[in-house]
Order: sequence, then structure tokens, then C-alpha cells
Amino acid sequence: MYKKKRLSFKGGIHPPYSKELTKSISLEYALSPKVVYIPLQQHIGAPCEPIVKVGDRVKIGQKIGEAKTFVSVPVHSSVAGIVKKITPLPTPTGSKVMTVIIESDGSNEIYEGIKPKGELSNLTSKEIIEIIKEAGITGMGGAAFPTHVKLSPPPEKKIDTIILNGSECEPYLTADHRLMVEYPEKVVFGLEVIMKAVNANKGIIGIEDNKPDAIENIRSIVAKKPNIELAVLETKYPQGGEKRLIDAITGRKVPAGALPMDVGVIVNNVGTAAAIADAIQKGMPLIERIVTVTGNGIVQPSNLIVKIGTLFKEIIEQCGGYSGEPGKIISGGPMMGFAQYTDEVPVIKGTSGILVLKQKDAYSEVEQPCIKCARCVDVCPVGLLPIKIANYSQKSKWDEAEAYSALYCIECGSCSFICPAKRPLVQRIRLAKGEILAKKRNK
Amino acid sequence: MHNIKLVVSSSPHIKDRDNVTKIMLSVVIALIPTVLSGIFFFGLKSLIILLTTISSSLITEVIFQKVRKKPITLRDGSGLVTGLLLGLTLPPNLPIWMAVVGGVVSIGLGKMVFGGLGQNIFNPALIGRAFLLITFPVKMTEWLAPLDGVSAATPLNLLKMQGIKTNYFDLLIGNVGGSIGETSAIFILIGGLYLLYRKCIDWRIPVSYLGTVFIMTLLLGQDPIFHLLSGGLMLGAFFMATDMVTTPITKKGRWIFGIGAGIILVIIRVYGGYPEGVLYSILFMNGLTPIINRYTRSKIFGEVAK
Repeated sequence: MYKKKRLSFKGGIHPPYSKELTKSISLEYALSPKVVYIPLQQHIGAPCEPIVKVGDRVKIGQKIGEAKTFVSVPVHSSVAGIVKKITPLPTPTGSKVMTVIIESDGSNEIYEGIKPKGELSNLTSKEIIEIIKEAGITGMGGAAFPTHVKLSPPPEKKIDTIILNGSECEPYLTADHRLMVEYPEKVVFGLEVIMKAVNANKGIIGIEDNKPDAIENIRSIVAKKPNIELAVLETKYPQGGEKRLIDAITGRKVPAGALPMDVGVIVNNVGTAAAIADAIQKGMPLIERIVTVTGNGIVQPSNLIVKIGTLFKEIIEQCGGYSGEPGKIISGGPMMGFAQYTDEVPVIKGTSGILVLKQKDAYSEVEQPCIKCARCVDVCPVGLLPIKIANYSQKSKWDEAEAYSALYCIECGSCSFICPAKRPLVQRIRLAKGEILAKKRNK
Repeated sequence: MHNIKLVVSSSPHIKDRDNVTKIMLSVVIALIPTVLSGIFFFGLKSLIILLTTISSSLITEVIFQKVRKKPITLRDGSGLVTGLLLGLTLPPNLPIWMAVVGGVVSIGLGKMVFGGLGQNIFNPALIGRAFLLITFPVKMTEWLAPLDGVSAATPLNLLKMQGIKTNYFDLLIGNVGGSIGETSAIFILIGGLYLLYRKCIDWRIPVSYLGTVFIMTLLLGQDPIFHLLSGGLMLGAFFMATDMVTTPITKKGRWIFGIGAGIILVIIRVYGGYPEGVLYSILFMNGLTPIINRYTRSKIFGEVAK
């Protein structure tokens, strides 16, 4: 089909992708929720200050939380209705966060301030970045880092290339896939906005070769754009890991401990680009996102456009409910997502998927002794010796773990996945990283 | 929802299907052609020896774990592999009680004293064989001619002592004197290829080990093909030197391991008093493995050369 060499990186795994559950299911709007629970911190960085009080009436797109520091973004209401309560509630990332509870009045009235920002050619770089910040846009791939921060490198770092990450290497998830199939022009426009914002002259969209329809649709649009390219990537986890992606596409290796901007590249998720397109073309802040609802524990797996703040429970009910006893509910994908202890948590900006596994798939097998097969070494995309770091971690030997470069672990989980002795390797490395960092802070 | 118990654990939430038992069983499956050819050439006594080493290995493991009040882990299959490999390296006419001793030493001294599976430094089957060779040197070097059961010498012995070279075809199919599972190069190779296909072993070790032997014997004016096909080299290269537990975890380290074992083997075979050197070449490199691991760490992604 595509003769061009598939781009890739060293290491990695081929987990069962399980994307056939949802990959050809079209996007659909989820039912408008009666009540939304909007956390004031959905991103990496400082939480927002609420700027509404209980009893206030808000409209769709109205700002309800203000960012007070640079590394933070505002949050907006996804419904029109009355603020019922502002109280700490759990979020899918595991922490309790001050949350604005809004009861929808069903009017779907849109905030007056929402209007298109005009032609891209009339906007300056500074204006674009301000629009992106005010629209509350964060990375949509899962980590939810404020996008305007990423797009504001220090002046001495010249950015020449913007990469859009459409690899979606996490098994099960098809949110980015459907976005690229159904709204490719939005993705490409978002990329053009980002390129203008940081004055980069080249844009590349990287897509894994297991999404031929997405590749086709994006290709037909970028064919007319001389400064935008399409890169077909090998389907391999973690192809979407930022540094691996840059390596695969440009051959540039981001030095250990450095950032993509140090090699002149900024990477954004395709979903982020689409959100940026909405912020410019409609003036609409980030109030909804695509969520893949999937897994053998769901009756009707779907790709839904969900308002931020909708409870997992409601979404699952709309997908026909649980199929059998659910064993595990995961926010995000199975490799890096977060297991939930309840389905009463809201969809937030970083929620790319809701994955429900049946009970039989929820428990991990009993750990056996390490047989030193070194499969973890072979698959580690960073080139670490996971077996060594995990062993030191188990013995609380943090200095040794650090000497084996524990801090460079990207926590992709490939080692834990592949381990035939079912040892929790990445979990132990995470622990070591935490201990090493805590020690550094205390110095 | 309140009645549902959700499992909460940190990612990843999916795991590969392969496990330790499956890997060990693959080794056993890979050895089936070798076992059958051994029984065919050397008779039912070989089967009895194999069953003896396997059962004495397993019983030793259970006893150690009972005494130490540790969980019984026969199901991982590692004891089975050790017992089987030990048996395959023994002469077909060995007294049964010696085979029992071999199993006990392999598991006891070779594995359990280090703390069980994954902890041992040396290949347990080779530890057992080395012990038997030192303790019962006569019985451990009495060989049978294939099929008719009269005593005979091994091809390496014939070469070393009398300068007689066995023909390639007999070496390939195993129609020569030797240990139960070491004579038939072709059947060992089939099993080895299966293990490569199953990704249970790394090709770097057999390739570097056999390659080194080939090149060195060639340089020393010997017949390289004869050396590859004779003695325990094939079994050693595919089933002993590739033992995950006792060989390096880095790719570079595996090259060093194979090349080092190849050099030692040729030195023993050509200049040493023993006709055969597989056993000691692998055990020696097992001992070096921790050091090899330490000095062959690859550069991490994006690491700047210091």
C-alpha cells in the first residue's frame, strides 16, 4: 500500500491492540449531562481559582476557573446552568481536586464572548498563544500539560519543526484515529496555527500504519500544503512517546534530560491541534473531547464526544452499561492509564479513553522469580536495564537505582508488559524515581 | 456500583501471555528430537537415565523448599529442564545411582544453595555433570557404540588419541559414541531453531560461540566442521550457553560470552588434556557473566558520550 519506509525507533513492544472494537465506529455526541463536575485542576501545573460562586448562572464556554500562574490554564463550563456546589472531589488522576458542580438547565445557551477569532493570517504569534491559553487548552494525549507553555520556548531555542502525534500507540484507544478520519482538516488547520505561533516552517503529522483510513484522509489534505508532511510510522508501542517519535520522524535524538525544543522540535497531539482549531475558528474553549469507551466490560464500545465534567458512570450507561461484572475501570489506555476505584469520576481534558476490563482480566498474575531472560532490556525504548533498577528498588537501594539511570525511565510499562515472570518492573522503577527525586529535593 | 469491587493497580494493565512455565516447556519440547534420537541410538537404558535425573532433580528441589519452608515451585518447569539437560549430557551406560547423585548435585549445589530459580551463577546441569566427571571419572568417560551397545570411544577421543576422523554424516545424525543427547547435531539444531523461533534464546550466543570455534579451529589448522559437529558443542551452544539465568542480559555481553566460550573450548580441545571443553568453557563464562553485565551497559537513549 505505502511503499515508503515505515519509520520507527529501537526497542518497544507489540501488545494486542484490541482497536477493532471501536476503530470503525463513527464519532457521536454523548447525551448532554444533567450535572457536570468540573475540576479546577485538570492539567499539570497550578490549580485554578474559582471565579463563580454557588448560585451563579453560567453558560457554555464561560470561564469558571482562572489560571493565576504561567504553568496553568483556565477551565470553562461545558453546560449552561446553575453552579450548585464547589467542593473537593476525586478526579481520574487519583487526587482530590476542588470541583465546580453545575446543574444543566438544558438550554445549551452559549456564552456571549464566544466568537470566531478571524483569519489566521491576521493573528500574531502572541495573540495565538493568548487565545490558546484562554481557551484552556492542554495536551490531549493524556498528560495534559498546558499547551501555551509548550508553545512559548525561550527565545534562544529556535523551533523549526512541529510534529503532530497521531500515532495513538496505546492499545484500545481510537479517539485520535476517528478524529483524523472524520475531521482531518481541523487537525491540519490546528497544525498551521501552531506553526504560525512558534514561527516554524515545517509541520509533520506522524501516524501509525494501522490506521490506513486516517493516513489517507490526512494525506489528501496535506498534499496541497507544501510545508506539511505526513510520516507513516511502524505500529509499535510506545511510538507516540515524544522523544521516540522525534527520533523516528526526524532522526534527531533529544539528549537525555533535555526537551524536544533543544533539538528544534515541538510535539503536540492531534487532539490538541483540533482543540486549537476550534479555539480559533469558533472561539470555543476546550469544553469537550473525544473519549473512546471500550473494553470487554462494555456492552457497546463507542467513540463519543463528551462534555468535560460528565461522570464516567453516565458515559458507560450510554454505551449499554457493563457487560458482566467490571473488574477494572481505566482512565486512558491499558499501558499508561489510571485504574479507578469508582465510576463516579468526571471526564477531564486528558481523558482519552474509558476502558473497562472484565474481572477475569483485572487481576495480575502472581510474581515469579526473575529468570534474567532480559526481555525487559530488549524492549526498553530508553535503553535502560529495567531488571537492575527494579531489583535495586526492591531492596531500597536508591543510589544504585539512580546510577542505573532510573530517572530517565519514561514509565511506558513495556518492561512490565513483556516480563514472563510477571514482575511489576515499571511499578518498582516508578517507586525508585519517586524516592530519588524526594532525596534530591531534601538536599 | 457500591457492590462492585474494582481492582486498582498501577499501569500497565495488560501483560504478555508468555510466562516462565511456557518458556521452560518450550525448552523441553525443543529437546524432544534429541531425546528420541538418544533413545534410538543408545537404547532404553538412556530413557531410564533421563527419567532418573529428572526425578532426582525434582525431588531435590521439593526437599530444599520443604526444609526452607518456601513455596513448592515445581510448576515453573525449571527443575524439569535442568534434570533433562543433565541426563542428556551423561554417558548412556552410567550406573543409575550416579545419575541420582548428578540430579541431587545439579539442583542442590547448582541452584538451591544460591536461592533457587534465577539466583544461581552457574548452569545447574553443568554443575551436576562437572561434579560427576570429577567424582566418577572412569564411569563418566565410558561410551557405547550406537545401536549395538558395545563400548566405544567418542569422535573427539578418536581424533585426540588415535588421529581417526569420524565422517560428517555419522556426526550429523548422531551415529557415534557419546553422551545420550550430545551426538546428534541435526536433531539438536532442529530444537535450537525452534527455540530461536519461540524467542526463548538469543541467536547471538550460538552464533558467536559456534562462529568462534569455527574460525579458531580453522586458523589452527583443524577441521572446523568436525569440531562443530562433535562432542557436546551443539547441545552446549543451543541449550546450555543460552540459559537465561546464567548468561549476560545485554546484547553486547552475549557476544562476549559466546566468543569467550568459543576461545576456551578450542584451547581445551586443541591444547588441553581433555578431549572435550564445552562444559568448562560455559561454566567459566557463567562465572564472568556478572562482570560482563556490568561493563556492557548500552548507552541510554540520547545519552551524550562522555
